Amino acid sequence: MREVAVIGIGMTKFGELWTKSLRDIFVEAAMAAIDDAKVDQIGSMYVGSMTPGLFVGQEHIGALMADYLGTPSIPAMRVESACCSGGMAFRAGFFEVASGHTDVVLVGGVEKMNDGADVTYALATAADQEYEVYQGVTFPGLYALIARAHMHAYGTTREQMAAVSVKNHHNGSLNERAQFPREVTVEQVLNATLVADPLTMLECSPVSDGAACAILAPLAIAKKLSMPVIKVIGTGAATDTLALHAREDLTTLKAVKLSAQSAYKMAGVKPTDVSLAEVHDCFSIAEICIVEELGFVEKGKGGPFTEQGHTALDGKIPVNTSGGLKSKGHPVGATGIAQVCEIVEQLRGAAGKRQVKDPKIGIAQNMGGSGASSVVHVFKKE
Amino acid sequence: MPSPRYWREMPQRYRLEASQCTECGKVSFPPRIVCGCGARDFKKTNVSETGTIVSYTTIRVAPDAFVIQAPYNIAIVEADNGVRITTQVVDCAPEELAIGKKVKFVFRKLYEEGHCGIINYGYKAVLV
Repeated sequence: MREVAVIGIGMTKFGELWTKSLRDIFVEAAMAAIDDAKVDQIGSMYVGSMTPGLFVGQEHIGALMADYLGTPSIPAMRVESACCSGGMAFRAGFFEVASGHTDVVLVGGVEKMNDGADVTYALATAADQEYEVYQGVTFPGLYALIARAHMHAYGTTREQMAAVSVKNHHNGSLNERAQFPREVTVEQVLNATLVADPLTMLECSPVSDGAACAILAPLAIAKKLSMPVIKVIGTGAATDTLALHAREDLTTLKAVKLSAQSAYKMAGVKPTDVSLAEVHDCFSIAEICIVEELGFVEKGKGGPFTEQGHTALDGKIPVNTSGGLKSKGHPVGATGIAQVCEIVEQLRGAAGKRQVKDPKIGIAQNMGGSGASSVVHVFKKE
Repeated sequence: MPSPRYWREMPQRYRLEASQCTECGKVSFPPRIVCGCGARDFKKTNVSETGTIVSYTTIRVAPDAFVIQAPYNIAIVEADNGVRITTQVVDCAPEELAIGKKVKFVFRKLYEEGHCGIINYGYKAVLV
């Protein structure tokens, strides 16, 4: 396999982008990434998107995006793995470059969630349609079930979960691309409208439109460019039961653990080598479980670890410096690539007010459903 | 939900039919074609009629089809023969729920679907 680097990144602002269509936002992000990489052509493209069919009635978006990007002959396909469609698209593109088949590959993600669809239903199709959704379960509901189990098993508190939202909103307040770039307090989080007990609205990622893209190329090409070289040194993916109830332990996100172990092994790094991480905080409890599965803290201690500030911008291991899904926004298919954009910006030293001091290794963890699929990538500044 | 997809699931929705692996003894609900142990021979069985709450929540923001019912309780219940099921827990207030409480499964209407209002039936749970 060839070594692979990210040579370009680009993304739209996340939010309610009423004046722009699905194709507009993807092309905007793709052109930004192409301009950033300063490449004049791309060889192939993977578009991560969860359900454009349900959100805007449009499938077949690989070809659509290639057409509107002005590259109507290149191989292009959509990649779907619910909310980790973007991360899985990245993985597919990584292997295409690593294999030697194609030199320059565009990997992107896009979702247009604010065009009038029943968003709660559309998202719930990522759960078991016959045995979870049929009963009336929603995604906030599934994570609320995880939250209650975590509280019961480890004594995790609502205040500790609220600390995830407070931290991520602080980081997001420093990110001009964030959907909700403003601070919130623990009291505001706890007193916000309940969505699924015990999770409040300020513990749930928002409904967002947005797109993000990255350009991958072999290391030899990356080294000829003027930008700092950001290598992809590890990729790992794993799955778990689709239905939450089928898992032995509701508080364990096995796919996250296995995907991280696989990526760490390929990269030859340990959790203690990681300078910063973008993780899938679709709900406050998710980030607590994920920092445990990624090995930043022992199982069950994610709540106090967060509350004590170890995952803050100036903490031991900064997590979600971009504002995460909670503050930056969560256009589901775009999220995995937006995480990559943040890690690359940080490793380049170009993250402005959010910049972490001299990071060497960053990871992006993107997850689908209630944790039934997860993908982790490890990045290193050359 | 188109009718074939609905009636195919009736043995599970109406009678909690499950399958038990003849090799390892694990009970699968819904039935599977291949067991986690790799075996493919099963005998028909049922999920126990009673069980225990493993975790629970109250849904306050519901999908369109369930809006009329919100708020409603959802729990993961471990049936006495080890099968775990996601189900509504009805006829009680949210504050009556707790991890470890006993429930039994009951046959109920779940929701009305589409413009014609096809009634979808299935299992729910009540506290015992």
